[in-house]
Amino acid sequence: MAGFRLSDEQLALKEMARKFIEKEVIPVAGKYDSSAEFPKDVIQKAWENGLMNITVPEKFGGLGLGVFDDVLLNEELGAGCLGIGTSIAVNTLALTPILLFGNDEQIQRLVGPFMEAPKLASFCLTEPGAGSDAGSLSTTAKEDGDSYILNGSKMWITNAGFADLYTVFCTVDKSLKSKGMACLVVPRDTPGISVGKPEDKMGQKASDTRAISFENVRVPKANLLGKIGDGFKIALTTLDRTRPAIASSAVGAARAALNYSIGYSKERKQFNRPISDFQAIQFMLADMATKVEAARLLCYQAGFEIDQGNLRMGSYYSAHAKRFAADMAMEVATDAVQIYGGYGYTKEYPVEKIMRDVKLVQIYEGTSQIQRVVIARHLLED
Amino acid sequence: MNIFVLLKQVPDTETKIRLKGDNSGIESGDIKWIVSPYDEFAIEEGLKTKEANGGTVTVLTAGPDRCVEALRTALAMGADNAMHVKTDGDNLDTFQVAKALAAVLKQNTPDLVFAGKQAIDDDQAAVFGYVAEFLDIPSVSVVIKVEMANDKKSLRAHREVDGGAKHIIESTLPCLVAVNKGINSPRYASLPGIMKAKKKEIKTFTLADLGVAGETARVSESAYAMPPERSAGKKIEGDAAAQAKELVRLLREEAKVI
Repeated sequence: MAGFRLSDEQLALKEMARKFIEKEVIPVAGKYDSSAEFPKDVIQKAWENGLMNITVPEKFGGLGLGVFDDVLLNEELGAGCLGIGTSIAVNTLALTPILLFGNDEQIQRLVGPFMEAPKLASFCLTEPGAGSDAGSLSTTAKEDGDSYILNGSKMWITNAGFADLYTVFCTVDKSLKSKGMACLVVPRDTPGISVGKPEDKMGQKASDTRAISFENVRVPKANLLGKIGDGFKIALTTLDRTRPAIASSAVGAARAALNYSIGYSKERKQFNRPISDFQAIQFMLADMATKVEAARLLCYQAGFEIDQGNLRMGSYYSAHAKRFAADMAMEVATDAVQIYGGYGYTKEYPVEKIMRDVKLVQIYEGTSQIQRVVIARHLLED
Repeated sequence: MNIFVLLKQVPDTETKIRLKGDNSGIESGDIKWIVSPYDEFAIEEGLKTKEANGGTVTVLTAGPDRCVEALRTALAMGADNAMHVKTDGDNLDTFQVAKALAAVLKQNTPDLVFAGKQAIDDDQAAVFGYVAEFLDIPSVSVVIKVEMANDKKSLRAHREVDGGAKHIIESTLPCLVAVNKGINSPRYASLPGIMKAKKKEIKTFTLADLGVAGETARVSESAYAMPPERSAGKKIEGDAAAQAKELVRLLREEAKVI
């Protein structure tokens, strides 16, 4: 019988991350939610404590941890603050294309600096006109000597305003559709890059989301990952690997909403007794807990399959995990607000923030709808 | 500088303590174990002393197998070495534990030993004093600041005493310093620290290895009891005059305080 027990190191990782969010994230989450400032100090501390870029291999100065470990870490970050967690975790999304498809020289040169300082990177796939249909993107790369000239614009780019490096998906010929796609790594200081104003979002206020445009940006061929035509594969393979951790951040947020609800329902008295005495509340709590537990196991399974090298099953479970965890977290957060009643609808209490924050998990890194497309494709393929 | 830190693994402060059926001890099954918080201050002080003066930090504990987790936590925080006196199956009192720890320390001749001022489970504050006595070195407790002399041959330990006054003790090394809350703010076991810690070796001893298996306990535990549950309060009804009268009657006849 296979076990579900985490290794001692994994338990220590979880414990460490839990302490970190209790001390460094939860106390400031409300402040960053209302100011919508970028949580630079928290990112600095996360980096100092080794919580960023954890999947970078040991050979390149990283910890060489797996997707499963990233799942464990992100549940804790999500329980602390999804916005701050996103700011911390998005490096893994942006660097994974380089780690998976870059050669050793590229990894050393492009990812190496992230081991030396708390630098940030952004994953630039989505465009104003290309979201779920990523193959239809229109940012172009035109060959020019030993460089490509990049033109186009990207939308909803996380950490765009503070990133030192952009992983940019583009096409050499739009008529080739996904077969013309490429992935270029672009340093921030390259001339021709302009970054928009931060978007005024419903939630995840601590994460920095902006449009970014490239105007005749010259990128050396040495920064092309793989070859022309690999871009679509690079994007999808990367997302398959990073989705379990994103899903897990929703598990963390839902866990937090559940725990707040348990605490509140024991304190809040109506009809001369705590509302936790009523089955109406008990059943809500029980259903919330079942959802959290089930979603966590999907995240574990997705992480496990990918770490085992079962990429096809990894892709399948990643889609399940992301879809189910995001949707369940939205339900759990909504129920948490319901249990808190009028108080839950105010900013005096923590659950309305979780409800606003988790909504985004149903949208970013592949909507719940596109996850269903992925799942159905697996089910129906011959 | 050869620095040792004594630590103890204790139940998490949020643990709900339940007694064994025969009241011979506490039920240990569901307990989450942590490094005793005062010992975390001791680890941090050990690490800071090493960073300022060079040397190594070795953490030392006596207890059952599960205590390895506490040692790993200290290694992950940055301790260089760990030593474990395994006591599975033995029920040791503070005297025996101190004998075992002192035996390890004698073999390793530390320049400086840090410990927490007490463990937060049994609150006996006994082991560090015994250890210093067995090693025949000075000890100072409830310390909130340590200043090392430039020649590293002595230190000044600041103690907090009643009324906010400060008591400063100068001691030659080697000595034992038992620290209090407020001396520092313990660092996290960082993620790279956790990964490095799993590769560090933990040296283990049995009581027999140390020649202390024959020590007999000075204290025996007869039974454990939970504190009595608080009974519900009493609400006095009626108008103000009747309430006052009833309150006086209860204070006089039931509480017998007036």
